[in-house]
Amino acid sequence: MSDTAERVKKIVVEHLGVEPAKVTENAVFIDDLGADSLDIVELVMAFEEEFGVEIPDDAAEKITTVKDAITYIDEHTA
Amino acid sequence: MRRVVVTGLGLVTPVGADVETAWKNIIASKSGAATITRFDATDFQSNYACEVKAPDHEWGFDANKRVDHKIQRQVDPFIVYGIDAAGQALEDAGLTDMSEEERFRAGCSIGSGIGGLPGIESESLVLAAKGPKRVSPHFVHGRLINLISGQVSIKYGLMGPNHAVVTACSTGAHSIGDAARMIAMDDADVMLAGGAESTVCPIGIAGFGQARALSTGFRDDPTRASRPWDKDRDGFVMGEGAGVLVLEEYERAKARGAKIYAEVLGYGLSGDAYHVTAPHPEGSGAFRSMEMAVRKSGLALSDIDYINAHGTSTPLGDELELGAVRRLFGDALEGVSMSSTKSAIGHLLGGAGAVESIFCILAMRDGIVPPTLNLDNPSDNCVGVDLVPHVAKERKVKAVLNNSFGFGGTNASLVMRAI
Repeated sequence: MSDTAERVKKIVVEHLGVEPAKVTENAVFIDDLGADSLDIVELVMAFEEEFGVEIPDDAAEKITTVKDAITYIDEHTA
Repeated sequence: MRRVVVTGLGLVTPVGADVETAWKNIIASKSGAATITRFDATDFQSNYACEVKAPDHEWGFDANKRVDHKIQRQVDPFIVYGIDAAGQALEDAGLTDMSEEERFRAGCSIGSGIGGLPGIESESLVLAAKGPKRVSPHFVHGRLINLISGQVSIKYGLMGPNHAVVTACSTGAHSIGDAARMIAMDDADVMLAGGAESTVCPIGIAGFGQARALSTGFRDDPTRASRPWDKDRDGFVMGEGAGVLVLEEYERAKARGAKIYAEVLGYGLSGDAYHVTAPHPEGSGAFRSMEMAVRKSGLALSDIDYINAHGTSTPLGDELELGAVRRLFGDALEGVSMSSTKSAIGHLLGGAGAVESIFCILAMRDGIVPPTLNLDNPSDNCVGVDLVPHVAKERKVKAVLNNSFGFGGTNASLVMRAI
């Protein structure tokens, strides 16, 4: 697992209080990890802080899985 | 009118995070006061409080027992305490598995005096330092006073009245009184009623300190600081925690064979119409609140065995309450024991009336009245009144009066009777 993936997973586990094993790359935040729309806003904020990226609202709306988050962050960090 | 009884209790306090631990410590004259651990309060007006203890403490509170990790992160501590105390009370009453039909008639009236002050403080600092896009999306609903009732209703599926009182330090008593009326008036059959508070944070201590309300002179031994009616008292000690009761319609409780702790018999309310923080100089509001509660209960003054006083350990308030009690009870005061459990757990503000009502109920259950700690030199007005100094006292307790008075000049009194 890449460094980005590890850090994303850690944030998801901490914020949603889910078992680390459930946070697979294909896990859907709302359907698989019990998040609601405000939890996703909070997760996006945490990703922005952790990785020093800005994730605009229209991009954030497309982030529905753990993998979406990792891909976006990898594409927008040096 | 339908009769209302108490069938479940839940407590989170600075001397124990469940009913039996807290009560055992109260009766054993233990104090929850200590130097503040949440933040460095060295340079504050007061550096001590009665905090709910960490999970590794003998009397500690483990939020993980009843509150999801995710919710713990999103909401202020007063909500976490309230959810836990409500869960304890429902479990105690054996009502965690009600049918949908029953849950339509079961509601919540759990308030708070101030609400999520620590979170308002910390998110304001985030806003100032990092801007609006870094403020938590859970900021608002993690701080709102009615969100104990909201969270509890969601967790347990309670679809009856969803209410939250906000009357400063009278909140807990008003919550119980209002909820009892909802049952009496047939709005609900079961109500979770109580209050919670957690304002041991820099802005909370600074604010009450500036209002000249806090005890400041006992940095060397905070356990001596809360001393209602004592000559050396110098303000209240901030406490935190929650108390929640299950109130239930009597016939329903009897039919299901519930354990019935007490009947809520009388509820009195009044306003001082005098000053925002100072009590009325003749204790007029306190007097009328108590008088109404006793009158509505149908009991005689001589039936009251124990008064759990508001007794915050402030120079003015303690004397005025005692004076009002004297005037109301007259000769009947001879048979009454009166104490302030704030001497042990501090002032739980919006949680106080509910926590203290639970102590009243336990006093009836066990035939023992809790002590007023640190009452070394009672003030001159105390002569002839049994204020239960230092140690608990075994005695018959069949009926109780509980007082709560709050900023804004709001007063509430409850009369309960063993059943």
